[in-house]
Order: sequence, then C-alpha cells, then structure tokens
Amino acid sequence: MIAETGLAALWLAAALAALQLVAAWAGIARAETDLVRLVRPVAVTQGLLTGFAFLMLMLLFLRSDMSVALVAQNSHSMKPWLYKFAGTWGNHEGSMLLWVMVMGLAGMGIALFERSLARDTHIATLGAQALISLGFYAFLLFASNPFARLDPAAADGQGLNPLLQDPGLAFHPPTLYLGYVGLSVAFSFAVGALVTRQVDAAFARAMRPWVLGAWVMLTLGITAGSYWAYYELGWGGWWFWDPVENASLMPWLAATALLHSVSVLATRDGLRAWTVMLAVVAFSMSMVGTFLVRSGILTSVHAFAVDPRRGSFILILLALYIGGALALFALRVGAVREGNRFEAVSREAMLVINNLLLSVLLGLVLIGTLYPLLTEALGTKVSVGPPYFNSVAGPIALGLMVVLAIGPVTRWRRDTLRSVARRVAVPALVAVAVLATVLAWAGGWIGILPLLGLVAAALVGVASLAPLWGRNLRRTPLFTYGMVLAHLGCAVSLAGMASESAFSVEKLVAARPGDVIRTAGWTVRFTSVQPVAGPNWTAMEGRFDVSQGTGKVQEIRPQARFFAEPPTNTTESALLTRWNGQLYVVLGDSLDDGRWQLRIWWKPFVTLIWAGGGLIGLGGVLSIIGRWGRGWRRLRRRGQAESYA
Amino acid sequence: MKGKHQRLILVSVAIVALIGAVLLAMSALKDQAAYFYTPSEARAKAVAPGTAFRLGGMVVKGSVKRASDGINIRFEVSDGKGSLPVAYAGVTPDLFREGSGVVADGALRPDGTFEATEILAKHDENYMPRELEGMKYDEETHKIEQKPQ
Repeated sequence: MIAETGLAALWLAAALAALQLVAAWAGIARAETDLVRLVRPVAVTQGLLTGFAFLMLMLLFLRSDMSVALVAQNSHSMKPWLYKFAGTWGNHEGSMLLWVMVMGLAGMGIALFERSLARDTHIATLGAQALISLGFYAFLLFASNPFARLDPAAADGQGLNPLLQDPGLAFHPPTLYLGYVGLSVAFSFAVGALVTRQVDAAFARAMRPWVLGAWVMLTLGITAGSYWAYYELGWGGWWFWDPVENASLMPWLAATALLHSVSVLATRDGLRAWTVMLAVVAFSMSMVGTFLVRSGILTSVHAFAVDPRRGSFILILLALYIGGALALFALRVGAVREGNRFEAVSREAMLVINNLLLSVLLGLVLIGTLYPLLTEALGTKVSVGPPYFNSVAGPIALGLMVVLAIGPVTRWRRDTLRSVARRVAVPALVAVAVLATVLAWAGGWIGILPLLGLVAAALVGVASLAPLWGRNLRRTPLFTYGMVLAHLGCAVSLAGMASESAFSVEKLVAARPGDVIRTAGWTVRFTSVQPVAGPNWTAMEGRFDVSQGTGKVQEIRPQARFFAEPPTNTTESALLTRWNGQLYVVLGDSLDDGRWQLRIWWKPFVTLIWAGGGLIGLGGVLSIIGRWGRGWRRLRRRGQAESYA
Repeated sequence: MKGKHQRLILVSVAIVALIGAVLLAMSALKDQAAYFYTPSEARAKAVAPGTAFRLGGMVVKGSVKRASDGINIRFEVSDGKGSLPVAYAGVTPDLFREGSGVVADGALRPDGTFEATEILAKHDENYMPRELEGMKYDEETHKIEQKPQ
C-alpha cells in the first residue's frame, strides 16, 4: 500500500504542476484573476505531495520492503538503519525523487515566502517552476518509477554499494541536490522576469536570497564530497578533476558568478541582461551535471547508479529548457533596458572582471570535461585529467584571488587607482613577506602554483578583512560580515590546497607487525593486525601506535573491509588530525611473507581546505540572514507607513 | 568607460574573453590530453617513451609478480592482440585482479615497459571502464575476445 500511495501522490503532484502552469499562463496572458488565485495554493500542495511521496519511499527503505524493485536492488535487511535511511537516495530513482521533491519544496517556498517580487513576475516565476517540474515528473513516472513492484518479492535485497555505506551519504547528496535544484529557482525567476519584462533592482533583491541559498548548499555539498572522497578512497587526494566532480564544480562556478552579478543588479541596477543570462547558464550547468552523473557517458571514478538510456531523457529535457530559455532571452533582451553605467575603476568593474574570470574558468572546465566525448565521436579515445585542469584553472584561479583582494575595497560607481592601491598596500606587503619566507624556509623549490597559491592566500587573507577596517564593528551589517567570512574562507581553503600539494610527505612500505616506520617527524609503530567484524562486514584491522616527535602516543586503526552483500573490498583509511595537519594511514594488501603494504602520508594543513569551504558556506548563511533581516524591516516600515496613511 | 555604448564594450570584452578561453583550452588540450590506447594500439602507434597516455586492457592471468620490497609490482596487460609489461609502485586498488580489466595512467620507459603512475579504481564490481567495453576474458582458454563496437 505504501508504494501505491507514494505513486499516487506523485501523479497528483504532476497533475497539479500542469494546473499551476495553465493557471499562471492564463493569469499572465489573459489576466484571468480567478485562475491566478489558484497558483500559490496549488504550488504549496504540490510541494507537500512530493514531500509525502519521498517520505513513503523512505519508509519502504526503512522497512526493507523487498516487494519493491528499487529496495530489493539497492538495500539489504541486514544493513544498519542509517544506510537504509540514506540509501533512499543512494540509487538512480531515489535520487531523482529527491530532486523532484526539492523542486516541489522550492516551488512551495516561492509561493509562501516570496513577498517582494512584483505580482505578475511572481506568478510567471511559479509558472516557469511548474514547467520545469513537469519534465522531471515525466522522467520519474515514465522512465524511472521508484515505486515499481517486484513480483514475486525478493527474499532479500542485493545490498548497497559498500563505498556508499558511510555517514557521508546522509549529507553529501542531499546538500548537493538542494544546490542544484535551488538554481532552478533562479532560472524560474529569470524566465518570469523575462516574461513580464521586469528585470530591475527589485527583481534582483528578490532573487538574491535564493541564489545565495543554492550557492551555500553547493559549497557545503562539494566540500563534504571532497572530504568524503579523500578519506574513503584511500588515495590521499581531495580533488581528482573527475567528470562527476566537475559536474558539481561547474554549477558552483556559475552560481558564484551569478551571486556577484545579482549583487551589482540589486545595488546599482547594472548588468541586467547578463544576470538573467547567468541564471539560465547556472541551471543549465546543474542539468549538464545531472546528465553527466546519471548517464555515465564519461569514465568516472565516482560512477554510481548509472543508466545510459535514461541519460538521453535528461539530455532532451536539457535541450528543451535551455533552448527555450535562450530563445526567450533572445526575444526579450531588446526589451531589457541598459542598466546604470559605471567607470572603469569601480566595484562594478571589479565584479565584471570576477564574472568574466569565473565564466572563462567555467568554459575551460566544461571544454575539458566534454572533450573526450567529442574526440570519441571522431574515433580517438582521450582522457583529460589533472595536467590539463591544473594548468588552465590554476592561473585563472590566481587571477580571481587578486580581483578578490581588490574588489571589496573598491567603491561603487567610481574610484581612483591611487586610493585603491593605498587600501591594498598592507595586504600586498604581507603577501610579499610570505613570498620571501616561503622561499627562504621551504628548503627547496615547491613549484610555481603552490608558491603563488600561498602568496595569494596571504594577500586575500589580509585583504578580506579590509572592509571591516575603520568601521564600527557593532554597526556593520551582518551581510558585510558574511562577505568578509566567505572571502576569508577562500584564502583559508587556498592555503590548505597549496600547503597540501607543496609539503605532503608520502611513504610507501611493506612492513610486518613490530616494525617501526619513521617519516616526516612521525614515528609509526605497527603493533598488530586483528580480524574485526561490523554489522554487515568483516575486516582486517591494523593497529598502529603513532607519535609526533616526543609527543604522546596515540593508536590509529586503518581497516581493509570485506562486504558480503554485494561482495566488495573497501579500504578504510585511518586519520589522525592535529592542528597543523593530518596523518593518513592506509592498510594495503597482505603479502605472502606476512608483511603488509602500508601507505602513510603526512599532510600539513590539509584540513584548511575543508575548513575554508565551511567558512565560505557560513559566510553565505550570514549574508542570507542579514539580507532577510533588512528586507523584513523594510517591509515592516512600509506596512507601518501604509497604516498611517 | 564613458560613451553611449557601455553594453557594447562589455559584450566585446566578453567575446574576447570567450575566444581567449577557447584558444587557451585548445592549446592546453593539445599538450595535456592523454590518449587512450590498448597494448596493440600503443605498439601500432609507436608511442614515444615518456609521452603520457592511458593504457587499458586485461591483466593477464598469472602475470602479476611482486618485487621483494613488497611495493613494486609488474604485470602484463593484454587486449588479445598484443600485450605490454607494466611496472607500478604502490597499493593496487581493491578491484585490481588477474583476469580483470585495468586502466592505468603512465608512460613508456625506453625499454618498452609501461610505467604506471596511477592505477584507476572502479567503485563497483559491475562497472567496466567505458574504454574497455566489449572486452571479455575467457577463463578457460585465457583468450581475450573483443566484440565489434
């Protein structure tokens, strides 16, 4: 019954989406006020129904209902409950239902909480949201029904891929999806504004919290995914330039650009057409990302739950929506009047440079990701990996950091080079000092990109605090703190990346229990290997007593796990975190003579990479709260003024 | 940036940036993209030693040999029409097995051995690298069949 109820809720939600679209269209094109009143309640109901359907699927997973095909293929009754719960979205159908639910809830959010948008644009936005949702309902109901029954029911399930049986599964995919789908809201806003021809500062102020929210989720999702891959894969790397990683990076780059151009539009009413264009691009990147991940068209180390047939469905949706939006843009861009102008030295100009660099970076990542497809169509197989991406993305990222140092201390509209130079003088001096220190102390050449990375991190780290200089810290608005924190996070993260690539020490040995390994100031004593068992796995567990210098001895236990359902080996690395870095130990294969392969890394300040990501996300959250507070107060004042009148 | 047509200026800057990006990408791809070869293709193309490429094929049964240091391993990779010796130092991925597909990044040494810098892992026992689609290892005859693609 549960499965049927869930399926019915989905069909009903799809029907409501159709109604929402028709009502919105009738309201805009024919001014039929009766129908228009339907739009918002329908959007809310639709959101609730998708949430209900998702809960039903979750319930099926928690109860291990093996008469449902999806549960039988992806779950197992012996699995810990956390992975039954998170396993709901650890497969294709479930993750698409998650996507649809987030989209439904986002539509509900627009209907309930959006107050500052002009009424017609609001209705058109909801219409656009319904139109996008319809495509995904069709995809879910016709091509990937999560509620399909299995007759006869399976005796037990086939289990979840053990690499996914990690607490990371509970957090990483949902946040990333919130981000992906959050960008659909920006897309709908852009379409709505194009339909009603109201692209202006008020529109940007209404759109900004949504963009910020989606961007925060993408940031946190990527950060969490990077850390997960880092400790789960046991390769010691935190970013592999894998197509699936790029698929999450590209929407993030577009969203970052959009975030900054929206702020120009909201504050100075400039960059109107460009902002609308970026909103379309950002959601396109979400869909390209989903397509790449779901279709498995590119070789990926993160290829899970892949189904090539379904890829073409997403590709068609992608072509329809993006093509439609671009056509609308081309038709209406003439009606979008040019916004306010600005000087060549101004905050706006800096943000334009930021946007250009981000767009170029996005283009380079996109080209690199799709290039293998292009050449394969022409008959040669190539792979594009870190050498390409590092060599093109590195310089542009460094350029971005320079703009990031200068932009926030540049005035809106007009500024002079001389006063800007004065404001960045101190950070620049700090950067030079860091350059000299690294050259003197690093004990050898550490490579151009890591070196420049450390210097840029110092520059931005100091410069990001500059907007707070000479201000009354208690009266500084919350969103300024948000910006400062996010920019500081970029510096922190970059410092971690540069330090990791410049100063990591790797040691690869074969050792037997009793051996002592010394590397990078650490003493690693291999004490024993013990068999251990978990709820649905068995493992060989290495025991190591480790100490740094003469510091206290701690035990760490890396494992080599074996899962029976499905039969798979996984490596559970052991991490020991200190304030200045992480010790990373992997237990490899056992050799015939009783030795074990060990892989040991000391990674100085590697944790800064994810701490920086967290700071960036926190900065975004502060900005949302700050903007919300201000919008609220403005609304209240307006309300009071009206009541006095 | 005075004048009437700021939008025009911005658009031209954007177009210049776009063209610059495409040119940069193309030149970087020419240098940095690694070609994918199976052993017989690598021999036929006479890849120069030191040129990075990606090698794919099947690990020949019984060919995996470990050096006494426990770290260095050597094995043969075959596509049924030819094979290449591969040397690698490190921990092999969980799903690396004799008679199973493998994809490795690296370059040829002057002596004709492929020195792998990385052996790519798969996450899923059913997953086959796309490049190896259509390859099948026959357990009995130790022959590798390649289905026409």
